[in-house]
Amino acid sequence: MKNERPIVYPYIPNSVPEIKGQMLRDVGAMSPEEFFQEVPGDLRIKGEMNLPEPLLSEHALKKHLEGLLAKNKTAGEYLSFLGAGCWQHHVPAVCDEVNQRSEFLTAYAGEPYDDHGRFQALFEYTSMMGELLNMDVVNVPTYDGFQATATALRMAARITGRREVLVARTIGGGKLSKLRDYLKPDLEIRLLDYDRTSGCLNLDALAAAISSRSAAVYFENPSYLGIIETSGEGISRTAHAHGALSVVGVNPISLGVLVPPADYGADIVCGDIQPLGMHMQFGGGQAGFIATRDEEKYVMEYPSRLFGITSTRVPGEYGFGDVAYERTSFARREQGKEWVGTAAALWGITAGVYLALMGPQGMTEIGETILAKSKYAELVLACMDGVQSPLFAGPHFGEFAVNFDGTGWTVAEINRALLERRILGGKDLSGEFPELGQSALFSFTEIHAKSDIDRLAAALKEVVT
Amino acid sequence: MKKQESARQQNHEPSPRLRRFHQARWNEPVIMELGSPGQRGILVPHPEEAIKKIVGDAKALVPEVMRRKSPPALPELSQPEVLRHYLRLSQENLGADLNIDVGQGTCTMKYSPKVNDQLARMPQIADLHPLQDEITVQGILEIFFKFEQILKEISGMDQFTFQPAAGSAAIYTNASIIRAYHHARGASGRNEIITTIFSHPSNAACARTAGFKIITLYPDEHGYPDLSALKAAVSERTAGLLITNPEDTGIYNPAIAEFVRVVHDAGGLCSYDQANANGILGITRARDAGFDLCHFNLHKTFSSPHGCGGPAVGATGVTHELSRFLPVPVVEFDGYKYRLNHDRPDSIGKVGPFCGVAPVVLRSYAWVMALGARGLREVAEIAVLNNNYLLRKMQGIRGVSAPYAQGKRRIEQVRYSWEALSKETGVHSEEIGLRAADFGVHYWTSHHPYIVPEPCTLEPTESYSRKELDEYMAILEHVADEAREEPALVKTAPHRSTIHTIDHGPLDDPARWAVTWRAYLRKNRPRPNPDNS
Repeated sequence: MKNERPIVYPYIPNSVPEIKGQMLRDVGAMSPEEFFQEVPGDLRIKGEMNLPEPLLSEHALKKHLEGLLAKNKTAGEYLSFLGAGCWQHHVPAVCDEVNQRSEFLTAYAGEPYDDHGRFQALFEYTSMMGELLNMDVVNVPTYDGFQATATALRMAARITGRREVLVARTIGGGKLSKLRDYLKPDLEIRLLDYDRTSGCLNLDALAAAISSRSAAVYFENPSYLGIIETSGEGISRTAHAHGALSVVGVNPISLGVLVPPADYGADIVCGDIQPLGMHMQFGGGQAGFIATRDEEKYVMEYPSRLFGITSTRVPGEYGFGDVAYERTSFARREQGKEWVGTAAALWGITAGVYLALMGPQGMTEIGETILAKSKYAELVLACMDGVQSPLFAGPHFGEFAVNFDGTGWTVAEINRALLERRILGGKDLSGEFPELGQSALFSFTEIHAKSDIDRLAAALKEVVT
Repeated sequence: MKKQESARQQNHEPSPRLRRFHQARWNEPVIMELGSPGQRGILVPHPEEAIKKIVGDAKALVPEVMRRKSPPALPELSQPEVLRHYLRLSQENLGADLNIDVGQGTCTMKYSPKVNDQLARMPQIADLHPLQDEITVQGILEIFFKFEQILKEISGMDQFTFQPAAGSAAIYTNASIIRAYHHARGASGRNEIITTIFSHPSNAACARTAGFKIITLYPDEHGYPDLSALKAAVSERTAGLLITNPEDTGIYNPAIAEFVRVVHDAGGLCSYDQANANGILGITRARDAGFDLCHFNLHKTFSSPHGCGGPAVGATGVTHELSRFLPVPVVEFDGYKYRLNHDRPDSIGKVGPFCGVAPVVLRSYAWVMALGARGLREVAEIAVLNNNYLLRKMQGIRGVSAPYAQGKRRIEQVRYSWEALSKETGVHSEEIGLRAADFGVHYWTSHHPYIVPEPCTLEPTESYSRKELDEYMAILEHVADEAREEPALVKTAPHRSTIHTIDHGPLDDPARWAVTWRAYLRKNRPRPNPDNS
């Protein structure tokens, strides 16, 4: 190693040998080895780590990564009907422009002064989400919708002092797995069955399960299976009659056309903001929100940061800062509520940009477009022998399950055949919902043209008949 | 000429000139106050006429009871107005790309290479759905797999997951795996986690959330984690140890293997929070000290940008013995094809959706590939050299000290104390930070509780030049002088910021706090004049 020519690394200003040498002299060290004297010899790595040879030029690095990425086939090159928690929507150019800004992209934990812009942008995000949700308190984003749901249920348990949560069985398998892990030490999960015809929550199952031990009833609207739950008000009423909270998961992009859960009695609303301006990024665009009324007993149970507006010593000037910081683990370690830390703030800022661009009219129109396109897809897919489209009678938003039992084909086989036709078929539900046989969840958004849907229908027809 | 200049630099180096900085002050209204009715920021696709003809009125597809009655009261702005608003806010935000960001200790504010951002935005990752058929995502799975091999070499661990979406999520995942391990052995009575006060607060908070009781060890008089306290704390109830090394003081615990041995002997597992790994890359590894689990913050040590607080990844590594508990899916390679294995019956399940935050993994992989083993070692050496350089300079500033481990070198950061200056002048560490911001730099104190009085935590990483470090030091020295000569100036800072001193009162008062604009309007409605009633 000593005989090798030293490399000056562009990312490491002081890797210039003369500077490094001078700085070593400045601190009175013969070599960097002196800094590691506290690390016992038997814990030291002998020699160099066995890592791939570096690609020192930026050009070589870029070529290498581009080569790897070229092995991917994008949902843009193919025609994709995958949703199930991550949706392909149009991302406005301004969203990308703002979240690529160095000032936002590379900031972290500045004070309300040097990072005023971050505080204001996130306050604006929560303010616009508040309008969409008709609720007064919204958190700075947590990791994703899974975490938002898990925390919402823990909040409900703390608020009610109870240890059981009732969860609509139409929840996705991944989220349920998260809840089982996250709630395990303290809470018991009871699943509520759904109506096999409508796909909505089975209200008899709710009535039978709910009791004075129940902290919360959790359901989604639209559900994981795309169904618009029409009994929200009744479910919330039942929950409240037993002293439980109504906790509702919602896809925020539906709220230009669907009633916000607060209007049918939801006490805590949660979900994922990925549809609001985030590219799918193989799952890297998720971010979770939690919203409640502005009551102290709710606010004090949030683990997340809450950014509030205040004044400064100059009249008319806005300042921002942490609301009720003392509830957090930053302030009180294990005495805080769950924990807070780095999560998905940049996506919160981006979702704010999205909502500002869309405005009331944009949100209404995108909801209507999604409703119309998914309804059209329901109808054209229904025209095939052996295909039940949609599987459930309930009204849908954007997604619906299609059953292929009558075709003699499995979803896996169908999706393989679609893939040959450069189509990414619906999410196979046979693992999560074995009782639904060979069913798949198809997603339709504003980006799907009529011709895309017709192409899917034609390809499916070719495959199954 | 050149020789003369360098001699001048060595012998009579002038103090760097302080910047006459002023942060952008746009007096930007809250977006809810902007716009005019009818303005549009973007138009969305409408269904084709043929679709409309078939499905009819889209609104009618929603049952009456579920139809939104009035549109959400979002602002109505044209596109350039939205852009200008957010660009003004961005200018009122001091990103790491703009300042000498050595003041945010524990967070490793290193340079995030721009080429990696370019790559992370390519459609070949941006437009991938996480549930696509494996055959269509071989490139990203290969990156996951290859980066896992890299982290295995860096840590000595046997398998990794990238599903935890940040450092704290990784700590929680470690705690959940520890829980699953003891449960599988029928040892559910092991319900205590031991950590140290100089480990990140999440080590205590996440383990508590996972159902454990927390025992926190305080340092001995020299600032080292207290081995005798650990020995007194372990028992048949011990589930595990969650510990950072070096701790947030930058002090490396040379007895770390002994700590691990004590916990192992008591039947517990040991988890290494490697948030502070930047100074020990290529120097020492978690597994070599006997750890069973560890995690790296890819948005810190591995250069992915911090994004105002995420998105991020807490890459979690475990030994072979614990790998069966890792979240699903895991990425596997059969020599021909990369695949996602969901079929792992002992797994703790999902800690987040899908496979984790892929662009962060991609950036981290690219960062390592640009440096290689020698480069990572150089990262560690320069990060530690920079830190010890700052330490020497700080020791020349009157009123500040570096408590503990006297005479010892520090690794990647130091938690300093301004106690002496504060006693002399009445100026607190937070106020020094706010005044430092007037010169265009960020500064942070410490996590709570303040074990080190009047704390300040500097972590220079490898990304700042000697001249930049000198500038930061000149700022702190100047502010310390100001604290003596004109304390009121420091105590009323910031003076050159976007805004002036905030009234914190409403933020802790339920009657006045407002987390949304609507709440703010509701709580600040003009009161009816009693004379008119």
